[in-house]
Amino acid sequence: MRYLPLTQPDRDAMLGVIGVATIDDLFVDVPEAARLDGPIHGLPMHASEMAVERHMTALARKNLTAGEAPFFLGCGAYKHHVPASVDHLIQRGEFLTAYTPYQPEIAQGTLQMLFEFQTQVARLLGTDVANASMYDGSTACWEAIGMARRITKRGKAILSSGLHPHYVSVAKTMAKFTGDLLETATPTLSAETDLATLIAAIDKDTSCVVVQYPDILGRIADLTPLADACHANKALLIAVVTEPVALGAIKAPGEMDADIVVGEGQSLGVGLQFGGPYVGLFGCKDKYVRQMPGRLCGETYDADGRRGYVLTLSTREQHIRREKATSNICTNSGLCALAFSIHMTLLGEKGLRTLAQINHAGAVAAAERLRKVAGVELVTPAFFNEFTLKLPVEARPVVRTLADRGILAGVSLGRLYPGEDGLANGLVVAVTETTSTEDVETLAAALEEILA
Amino acid sequence: MSINASGWRPEAPVSGGKASPTVTGNKGLMLEEKLIFEIGDVETTGVDFERARPLQGRGWGGAVTGAGLGETSPTPSPSPEGEESADRLAGLFRDTPIGLPGLSEPETVRHYTRLSRQNYGIDLGFFPLGSCTMKHNPRLNEKMARLPGFADIHPLQPVDSVQGALGVIHELATWLITLTGMHGVAMSPKAGAHGELCGVLAIRAALEAKGEGHRKIILVPESAHGTNPATAAFAGYQVEDIPATAEGRVDTEALIARLGPDVAGVMITNPNTCGLFERDMRTISDAVHAAGGYVYCDGANFNAIVGRVRPGDLGIDAMHINLHKTFSTPHGGGGPGSGPVVLSEALAPFGPLPFVAKQADGHFALIEEETAGDDHPHAFGRMVAFHGQMGMFTRALTYILSHGADGLRQVAEDAVLNANYILRSLDDTLDAPFGASGPCMHEALFSDNGLATGFSTIDIAKGLIDEGFHPMTMYFPLVVHGAMLIEPTETESKAAIDQFVMALRSVAERAKAGDVSLKTAPHFAPRSRLDETLAARKPVLVWREPVLAQAAE
Repeated sequence: MRYLPLTQPDRDAMLGVIGVATIDDLFVDVPEAARLDGPIHGLPMHASEMAVERHMTALARKNLTAGEAPFFLGCGAYKHHVPASVDHLIQRGEFLTAYTPYQPEIAQGTLQMLFEFQTQVARLLGTDVANASMYDGSTACWEAIGMARRITKRGKAILSSGLHPHYVSVAKTMAKFTGDLLETATPTLSAETDLATLIAAIDKDTSCVVVQYPDILGRIADLTPLADACHANKALLIAVVTEPVALGAIKAPGEMDADIVVGEGQSLGVGLQFGGPYVGLFGCKDKYVRQMPGRLCGETYDADGRRGYVLTLSTREQHIRREKATSNICTNSGLCALAFSIHMTLLGEKGLRTLAQINHAGAVAAAERLRKVAGVELVTPAFFNEFTLKLPVEARPVVRTLADRGILAGVSLGRLYPGEDGLANGLVVAVTETTSTEDVETLAAALEEILA
Repeated sequence: MSINASGWRPEAPVSGGKASPTVTGNKGLMLEEKLIFEIGDVETTGVDFERARPLQGRGWGGAVTGAGLGETSPTPSPSPEGEESADRLAGLFRDTPIGLPGLSEPETVRHYTRLSRQNYGIDLGFFPLGSCTMKHNPRLNEKMARLPGFADIHPLQPVDSVQGALGVIHELATWLITLTGMHGVAMSPKAGAHGELCGVLAIRAALEAKGEGHRKIILVPESAHGTNPATAAFAGYQVEDIPATAEGRVDTEALIARLGPDVAGVMITNPNTCGLFERDMRTISDAVHAAGGYVYCDGANFNAIVGRVRPGDLGIDAMHINLHKTFSTPHGGGGPGSGPVVLSEALAPFGPLPFVAKQADGHFALIEEETAGDDHPHAFGRMVAFHGQMGMFTRALTYILSHGADGLRQVAEDAVLNANYILRSLDDTLDAPFGASGPCMHEALFSDNGLATGFSTIDIAKGLIDEGFHPMTMYFPLVVHGAMLIEPTETESKAAIDQFVMALRSVAERAKAGDVSLKTAPHFAPRSRLDETLAARKPVLVWREPVLAQAAE
């Protein structure tokens, strides 16, 4: 077997050193009834590299890829162009096959990268600090709610109706077990975000308000009044960003005084990957650092006075604090954080702002074109690269029909909010730098035909 | 003050001698690299863009073809009136500097290549980090995960357009269920600890469905991973320790004596973190079930028994599998992981959403909140956006298909053989506290007993760095003083292991003899020992421009 270096003479010699006759003698502690006497029945035996490649390629071919279709899906995962050097660099064995940097003297590569990542994320989100990443945006969002509970010692979180429904579901699942009270609502197909409703709902029992920016329908609004209302009640404002490229164009939540800003970093460097692995971004104000979940990398010096980096403040974490830890998280999303960081370094501020402008300008043009399809309304007047259309018919069957024609038209709100009649005609359309004018025209023409 | 029962405590490091004699700080192939914030600037970008449409609005303004757009030139407006579109940013244009430096592509490639060379990885050498399972990562896994059919599909595409992806999830799920002898599997957890949470939440949901929600205690052995008690606490349980026996296993009698109507379940790692198989697992499971509780097994060490033992035959109700351990997906300097949880017949109905179901006609359905409805009323809910770590599923399935049922069995055998070989090759030099307990499984455990006064496990670890190895796991498990947990995995050759044994023997002898040069090791790494106390006392977690950093002092 190509991945196993031991030869049979090696094995025999090693058994001799150990002082046993057969490999079975090393499994004597397994109760006899549980010992398997050979390979498990009904499973295939080992296969050549070529055979495995053939099998996997056949499965891959059964999927319609974003790259081969006019593609307009977003809602928490976005198709962006990732420069070739990103994937090359993350495949360097020293990054790919390293572990969590527990021995900092021989892990400065990962550690310095994490320190740079933390700084990039903090600046992008407009927060004082950021951690070394979480699993993804949805789990980062839940961890932020838990963190707000620890800080405020209150148990009621108010979730905006514009928060991604999967993120809401995750929070609801966790709240079932932690006893947090969540106030949630379903969005409406309207131009306005629900900020006014949220502000009115805050009271002295509120630990936090969670608001997505841009929200699930693509809408954006100034969060400053909401932050002020939270702070007047000693509650925290948690902002969720699922499209980090937006922050190259619009104010960062931290600049609008959000206390904790979490996000999904998939847009930069990571790719679509059918939903994972992604990378959770987590930033906050300085004063809350010790309540943060997840790993943190910090600067220090070595015995010879040279600057270096280590994992730090680990007394928050499970391997030291066990049941008193701020979170049970152990593994984070290191390699995706690296991809994010490399992509961000390639872009720089100038590149990020240009990318954001291309996205926004493309989305504005697409919205203008698509609203001209007879019967189609543009629901969202303000947006970044994602907007919501209201079709004259239910959107979900339209999306399926278009997929059959090789057009991935967007995310129907029927998929995200099944059973909500008021949303059934909604279609969320994302436009990035990868979307061409021809793609938009193809979608518009197909909609015109189907809706005629 | 010691904050860790195993004897670990942070220390200020001692200098081993003069710093680099070169003016650059470089030493031959060992190249220093500054931070991107020190070498890049906000006007540089390593990405060229296609032309953008012009926009009117605050911030874009008349300068849109200049500063905002770089080299791009305006294109005809797409609006039929032939005018520039106005932006739709509701006056939220980000008009303050962000402070993100950029580098050209060559500078970027060099920056990260230089950083990478300051890392140790499995590709470079032996990485015997116990309980973490650093095995070879086959590159076919990487190639398959990058097929556009897997890498370039959106999680919310209509399910008819992603049948191959759902097929991968289903095929991997089938393997995991069959290899473990369990009834079902939850594929969505993002990592081992997330899988633990999934299993414990399934236990809680099952108890509540039976009207047994009053059970508030989870029993966890002292030797458990820190994630176990943290997970139980997160899920709303009180954690009680189970003592270990002198031979390094769970004290079965003590555990059974503690069972009762307040106990929700147990969390047991098997093989355990001392590297031993829990012989009484079946007895423990039966007793826990008889007392109305459930058995969670931490499957971090499944690699030791895959193909030789099915946890389902031991009465396990839930067990997470770290795909990045047993099934070779890369650790990537700290993730991403993937932690599917296999479930018994009793717990399977309570597993999370979503999951993939194969229909009679061969079509794969995605069971989500919408479709769970009547068929799956007990599902405890969603743990994550979308459907789990697809990129890890493709890699793990590739690895599993490569090995097949016979190869996976050989994986466990070689891993166990290698670990026992290390145990018996070194137990004359190092104290093996459970050496008399019989064979170990996939990892060999030693203590710092017998080292010279003032010498500890960390000195041996840093000495090993100078010898060209990544150190073993140190100071874990907590039940052994100065623990050294060595896991070779099946992907090391005998020659590589022999060299490691020779090196560890040498370093251990130096520690026993009180060789002071060990206290300042490593001497040949990119950095000598780093001051972790300083890092925690005055945390510097983000880079700040020197002037600002000074002002913040």
